[in-house]
Amino acid sequence: MSSHQISVTINGEEHTREVEARLLLVHFIREELGLTGTHIGCDTTSCGACTVLLNGVPAKSCTVFAVAADGAEVTTVEGLGNGGLHPVQQGFTEKHGLQCGFCTPGMMLTSKALLDENPDPSEAEIRWGISGNLCRCTGYVNIVKAVQRASELMKENSDG
Amino acid sequence: MAECRGLGHSVQRKEDARFIRGQGRYIDDIKLPGMLYLDIARSPYAHAKITRIHEDTAMAVDGVAAVITGKTLEGFKLAWMPTLMSDQQMVLPVDTVKYQAQEVAAIVATSRYAAADGAAALEVDYDPLPVVVDPHEALKPGATKVRDDKESNHIFHWEHGDADGTEAALAGCDTVVEQKMHLPRIHVASIETCGCVASWNPVEGHLTLYLTTQAPHAIRTVVALVTAHLGLAEHKIRVISPDIGGGFGGKVPVYPGYVLATAASVVTGKPVKWVEDRSENLQADSFARDYHITATLGSRNGKVTALKLDTIADHGYSDAAANPSKFPAGLYHIATGSYDLENAHVSVDGVYTNKPPGGIAYRCSFRVTEAVHAIERMVDLLARENGEDPADFRLRNFIKPEQFPYQSALGWEYDSGNYGAALEKAMDMIGYQDLRAEQAERRARGQLMGIGISSFTEIVGAGPSKTFDILGIKMFDSAEIRIHPTGKAIARFGTKSQGQGHETTYAQIIAEELGIPPEDIQVEEGDTDTAPYGLGTYASRSTPTAGAAASIASRKIREKARKIAAHLLEADEADLVWEQGKFHVKGSPDRAKTIQDIAFAAYTNHPQGMEAGLEAISYYDPPNLTFPFGSYICCVDIDRGTGQVKIRRFVAVDDCGVRINPMIVDGQIHGGLTMGIAPALLEEISYDADGNITGGNFMEYLVPTAMETPHWELGETVTPSPHHPIGAKGVGESATVGAPPAVVNAVVDALWHLGVRHMEIPMTPARVWNVLNEHGAAATR
Ligand code: FES
Ligand code: FES
Repeated sequence: MSSHQISVTINGEEHTREVEARLLLVHFIREELGLTGTHIGCDTTSCGACTVLLNGVPAKSCTVFAVAADGAEVTTVEGLGNGGLHPVQQGFTEKHGLQCGFCTPGMMLTSKALLDENPDPSEAEIRWGISGNLCRCTGYVNIVKAVQRASELMKENSDG
Repeated sequence: MAECRGLGHSVQRKEDARFIRGQGRYIDDIKLPGMLYLDIARSPYAHAKITRIHEDTAMAVDGVAAVITGKTLEGFKLAWMPTLMSDQQMVLPVDTVKYQAQEVAAIVATSRYAAADGAAALEVDYDPLPVVVDPHEALKPGATKVRDDKESNHIFHWEHGDADGTEAALAGCDTVVEQKMHLPRIHVASIETCGCVASWNPVEGHLTLYLTTQAPHAIRTVVALVTAHLGLAEHKIRVISPDIGGGFGGKVPVYPGYVLATAASVVTGKPVKWVEDRSENLQADSFARDYHITATLGSRNGKVTALKLDTIADHGYSDAAANPSKFPAGLYHIATGSYDLENAHVSVDGVYTNKPPGGIAYRCSFRVTEAVHAIERMVDLLARENGEDPADFRLRNFIKPEQFPYQSALGWEYDSGNYGAALEKAMDMIGYQDLRAEQAERRARGQLMGIGISSFTEIVGAGPSKTFDILGIKMFDSAEIRIHPTGKAIARFGTKSQGQGHETTYAQIIAEELGIPPEDIQVEEGDTDTAPYGLGTYASRSTPTAGAAASIASRKIREKARKIAAHLLEADEADLVWEQGKFHVKGSPDRAKTIQDIAFAAYTNHPQGMEAGLEAISYYDPPNLTFPFGSYICCVDIDRGTGQVKIRRFVAVDDCGVRINPMIVDGQIHGGLTMGIAPALLEEISYDADGNITGGNFMEYLVPTAMETPHWELGETVTPSPHHPIGAKGVGESATVGAPPAVVNAVVDALWHLGVRHMEIPMTPARVWNVLNEHGAAATR
């Protein structure tokens, strides 16, 4: 199996490692770096539990080779708050947007990217935006509310 | 005193702090030093003789340390394991596989990838055998026999109720409807799959099992029983159930992978991790439902009189259902539902087929969903046959509030209910009469709009020890509470949350009873070394059992606190008055001691002759089950061109008795409703005639996304349970039980004028379009 040296910046910190060509980014993050907040929920790129931000864009890290992330900037749930809590994390807590918490990291990163692009999304836009992430617990209503709350908080922050 | 935020407060969840930071600790996050990884090679055939397993082909792969086969296990008498329903199930086959994707061999390796490589490389020779997939075929004489150790494919016949009386009553009815319906195989598909890390310490003869289990204590006992001949003993087995990424019943069974990881740890002397893929999870883990029901319901003078259900239950190749031991068809005999009817009879025949075993929950315990589906479909049909609106027909036939406690024809004592109030509230919320008018108008314009009702009665909180046990272990549950000197507390339970928020709600119950704020109470579950014994979390039983235990243990603590307070206040115990969080002397509210003062005194200044400390434990044996209920109304629009059913509105009025944390209750209902519409519209695990699974991954097994899920509209009524210490009933599963027939009734309602009387589920666009087409109503261009 061929191996390659890669450097990936994760949550602002650069990591250089020798990896197998076939190593998936999600395993690089979870097993090599021990950042276990990124989860795995399927084997067909369907659930979004593994979602991270790859150069700011949501990506299902189970379907990206680690070598393909060479030189990239990756944000995982561990880097979302940057010390404190990101408005999305606050929104999910306040609005009961999570139950078992397994889909939550992926759901929050997708939501963050959505809000970065569209700070004031409608309910329909939120539902469409998170439709690549499955949640089996919440029935989505409170996730929608959580994203709306996060949108409010982000506006308050930028106004304040 | 600061408000203690006990019952009825939407306290924010304590568990969220770690989850939103990615600091939950789920099974796959556990990594022990020197840990090996296990993967499983699976059968491509639904029925085949294994003629040879070429272990060397896997051993040749870099990093592979061991290959375990059925023959290896046979040497330890572990090739088979018992099921909860007195059947047995293979851990690994010694010579024959019985379903596609069945475990054939375990590959243990130094890395996840090497184990997968080993499983892929393993060559196995098979001789395919004839396959039987349809349970009706399986019952015919001369059918392919699934199990070599059994006489036939018929597993059991179970019946309940008065067969003759029901036949006679049906004969006396002026209106009788009959309908066949199939509730297909579905899978809970929690977003976290199942897995374990087994760590055997040969020096101490000690096994630690990290396990995705909803019932850690019961599992420990089962492991001790099935491995006793190998020298394992229960005090040397520690089961730890870490954070669980959704359970819904799928994490109750013992899966072969757990046993294999344990065996592999014993064989290699190293910790071994097994975590299944999603496709393995859908293809091989326990399924739910698969009931083929023939239902008959009759009325006389507009009054529902008699119900008969005959049922073929497809159990796959083993009866591995997760029911209380005395109930082979679970609580299916709740089938008379919310209606006052005198005659009922239900029967179930269990059948073997070449499919995976199961018969477990899909967010509903014990076949209640099947029962509710049958009665709610039949009541709708009967209403129409009587020429009456389904809402009016229900309102007239409900058990009336004054009839509670109500003795059902099938032997249950319903604790409390007010069914009419719930339905009327739902009708108000959705604007039922206006919707009916709109429907007539749209119909005139050729549009398909339907309104469907489901007024379900649930049966949860298993259960009273006189009838409920699992393998002889009574179905109590437990709480142990210790108050520390500074007035903070730790509370441990025999249950195990999988997202329900126990760390918060249990703390609120204790807060209510003792006046200690929830944030001062640490709640723990899931470690068999520390938590008191209990049967776990499923069947909406945590609040009815362990929640009740929390109340009772708190009240025991309060009794001791009273004695300490009397000592501190130099008053007579009988003169003390409890108000939340403190005792005061009757008539002088200022002479008071808080629970925190009392806790401190319990360790520093307790009365002579009294033991120090302030703690209590309760093993709660519920006197009865609880019977949550509700009425749901679903409004759908159907696209004549595509057959797509769109849920326009869905109103759900639930009555789960007293609500501990309304925010969490609503969340449970949202999730339950979503798992209610899923089998109605999307989900099915199906097989072709050769036993090939045709819905075994997330590309084919369609879990609802935010796009298919409507904006749920919730309402509530509150009818406390008279026998539960805080009047709560349990709510986790209600919505999953109640929702599916509301959707089916809505779709049938939309198509009724075309002559459609029934729809099977899932009502996929293809299925609906075919029905439209048959009735000449599909739009063509
Ligand atoms: S793990 Fe399911 S999409 Fe990546
Ligand atoms: S919170 Fe459990 S899967 Fe979303």
